[in-house]
Amino acid sequence: MTASDTLPEAWQAELFACLAPDEQLIAWLELDLDDHLDFRPGLVALSDRRLITTGASNLSWNNWPLSAGLTLTHHDNAGVGTLELENAQGRLARWRYTLGRSPAALRFEREFVRQRDSVASGQPPPPPSVATCPICQMQLQPDEEDCPNCVRELHTPPSTWTLLRIWRFARPYKGQLIAGFLLTLAATAATLVPPYLTMPLMDDVLIPYQNGTPIDPNKVAWLLGGLLGSALLAWALNWARTYILALVSERIGADLRTTTYEHLLKLSHEYFGGKRTGDLLARIGSETDRINVFLSLHLLDFATDVLMIVMTSVILFSINPWLALVTLTPLPIIAWMIHLVRDKLRTGFEQIDRVWAEVTSVLADTIPGVRVVKAFAQEAREAQRFREANKHNLEVNDRLNRIWSLFAPTVGLLTEIGILVVWAFGIWLVSKDQITVGVLIAFLAYISRFYTRLDSMSRIISVTQKAAAGAKRIFDILDHVSSVPEPVNPVTLPPLKGGIHIDKVSFRYGNRAVLHGIDLKIAPGEMIGLVGHSGSGKSTLVNLICRFYDVTEGAIRVEGTDLRSIAIADYRRNIGLVLQEPFLFFGTIAENIAYGKPDATRAEIVAAARAAHAHEFILRQPHGYDSLVGERGQSLSGGERQRISIARALLIDPRILILDEATSAVDTETEFEIQSALNNLIRGRTTIAIAHRLSTLRRADRLVVMDRGRIVEIGNHEALMASAGAYWRLYQAQTKQLDAPPALGEDGSPS
Amino acid sequence: MTFTLSRNSFGRLVLVGANGTAHDGIVPVRAFGITAPDYGIALMSADGKELQWIESLDTLPEDTRSLIVAELAQREFVPEIRRIISVSSYATPSTWQVDTDRGETALILKSEDDIRRLRSTSYANALLIADSQGIHFLIRDRLGLDAHSQKILKRFL
Repeated sequence: MTASDTLPEAWQAELFACLAPDEQLIAWLELDLDDHLDFRPGLVALSDRRLITTGASNLSWNNWPLSAGLTLTHHDNAGVGTLELENAQGRLARWRYTLGRSPAALRFEREFVRQRDSVASGQPPPPPSVATCPICQMQLQPDEEDCPNCVRELHTPPSTWTLLRIWRFARPYKGQLIAGFLLTLAATAATLVPPYLTMPLMDDVLIPYQNGTPIDPNKVAWLLGGLLGSALLAWALNWARTYILALVSERIGADLRTTTYEHLLKLSHEYFGGKRTGDLLARIGSETDRINVFLSLHLLDFATDVLMIVMTSVILFSINPWLALVTLTPLPIIAWMIHLVRDKLRTGFEQIDRVWAEVTSVLADTIPGVRVVKAFAQEAREAQRFREANKHNLEVNDRLNRIWSLFAPTVGLLTEIGILVVWAFGIWLVSKDQITVGVLIAFLAYISRFYTRLDSMSRIISVTQKAAAGAKRIFDILDHVSSVPEPVNPVTLPPLKGGIHIDKVSFRYGNRAVLHGIDLKIAPGEMIGLVGHSGSGKSTLVNLICRFYDVTEGAIRVEGTDLRSIAIADYRRNIGLVLQEPFLFFGTIAENIAYGKPDATRAEIVAAARAAHAHEFILRQPHGYDSLVGERGQSLSGGERQRISIARALLIDPRILILDEATSAVDTETEFEIQSALNNLIRGRTTIAIAHRLSTLRRADRLVVMDRGRIVEIGNHEALMASAGAYWRLYQAQTKQLDAPPALGEDGSPS
Repeated sequence: MTFTLSRNSFGRLVLVGANGTAHDGIVPVRAFGITAPDYGIALMSADGKELQWIESLDTLPEDTRSLIVAELAQREFVPEIRRIISVSSYATPSTWQVDTDRGETALILKSEDDIRRLRSTSYANALLIADSQGIHFLIRDRLGLDAHSQKILKRFL
């Protein structure tokens, strides 16, 4: 497809009018903001010889012939992207757009560079490079505008059809589901027998008796027996179908949960970075449960009700079509009225949900920060905030209760009115000898049954919507393709020696370029210290080496093999990671040390702990290695937790070791202990260490100084100090800070 | 006045400080963009260092002030919602058709959490709505909107 084919129709006539006959349209960018940042459509187009754009008014067009001196740059701020056209003398033009168009703008810029270079050199432009999604870095198909992955999750509102996708999880239980459906059919039929039997009971027994005919005990026994029999049958059938279907829906729910969780764990680091923990917990926990309840309760009830209404109508019409018609006419009206009230209630309930979230969020804010609250003596204000949230809650509840308290009586009233209509018309028919009294009684028995079901049926719409929203949120996770994909044909990894080759690596996070052309060869067993200001790209580089993200350009190779061609788990087995905030799982200390190697022997665990200088303090715990540590290892100090995480890294005996600010969260003395533990860990391994305190990197073979995503200096401490460059400045800044703390003036303020 | 401000041919602001050094690509930033836009404007260098603090624009000579005001107008983008025309659904993500002070547009609300109440005394009823692209839309007084907009908004609050 060429650019002129995809050009929106609104622009076609105007733009094609200004193109020369042999001029070819290469690319175009639709703008949604004008130069004053008002929402107004505009267009900038690239032909094989010039840039053309809509002017101040949409009718005049400006253009700039392509030449070597033209540059197009983009930057963004507060959700607005800007594209600027400049030459050596100054700015020629500027275009604005909201960030949603940013991928298109980047594409446009790329096309511009290709075309400009081609015009300047006289050579035909090189073939376009493969486009990737700017958000998740997935490769895009040539005809794809946006990444299907990222766009879908953002933009599609939940549709009820999403629920049909649950079929994927229901298929394994097809047999049980069919059995359940047949049982439902039979059970509903059985419940419809008793009202039918009231007809002969009335017409053949009671009314003849009133007219003087004695009661035939045989007949009564038969009829009562029939009533009892159908009740027992309905009971047994209902039990069977509820049990089977509950069983199935539980299993569907469990499958949904485990599949989602397994998929979630495979997703990249990036995915977790962009999601809130609470949100993911809710999706896997309560959303699956909501779907479960929907399937086992609401959907089942609804199906039963529909079946009952259909079957009842058939029976009623077969007895007397006229009375049946009158009986069923008010039904849709009542159903509609119930639905109206329900709709009002639903918005009310939604509001209560949200107000309730507000109340809990006050708690969630305050309780973890209770030290701050107390320290600043703000208890009264926090109490006031909670009281206000509660007051809001009360107001919303009061408003809803006004409608809610009306609801049940209203349904009752509507039912009574419906029955009244049947009575009136029935009496009239009886008086005309059209029907017998028995028929009328049977009709009333049937009708009162399903009027009461109308209320629960009206609920189906909102519960379906809720379940569909839940299903959508779950399928959002399931549909998300990891941005760190497993290779299709993974290379089996030979035992690593630990050499890493970072080859012209660039990395973009969203639209922001974080790393530019990083080139670094790390020899096996070498220790590299990464140094730089925060935000200089150190942690990003480490994340790339761990393959938490994939590089945007270039490649990272271990012993000549591209990381992207190795099975992820295979590769990560070779990496030991010690983080600034050591995470301990709930369990014993021994379990935590053996996390990366669950089959480790006790001797191995003890040896690792000894090497990590953790052995002694572990023995001081009440149960030694079997002492329980909490979610965040509450009973242990920061340094102790850090040494356990070092032992954890030691135990898997990794070839590549990554220390990300491993000692920055502890005091100097503990740091010394950790440092000697680390020295055991580093020995003979390729180590990449990030440290804020430069003194901890003295042992590094080479220091790599980074600034704004680029390597600015490489060398050992002495060499870098001698060259008096970026490292020297960092070092000076730190030692000055340590040696000469700012003197305090007499009033306590820094002088 | 210890500095002069001018605009170069690339459209960027150039600040010449008291010591005579020129800084290219100056960015003016409001310290309290929403609650007190007129108090405190900082002139930042291209690499994000504060070069000059201006407590109030009124104290500046006319030409400097108009330069800053023009540059701020180019950078600030917080469309103020005047009216909510329609929403695609009451379940998020939802596409809102809105009328703002910058014209009509559509925004995509990813979740209700993206609607934030500004807890400032002077703007008790103000809401800040972040759309899926990170643009912030402002509702200065939600009780001042028309009834239709308020009804829609209520479903999300």
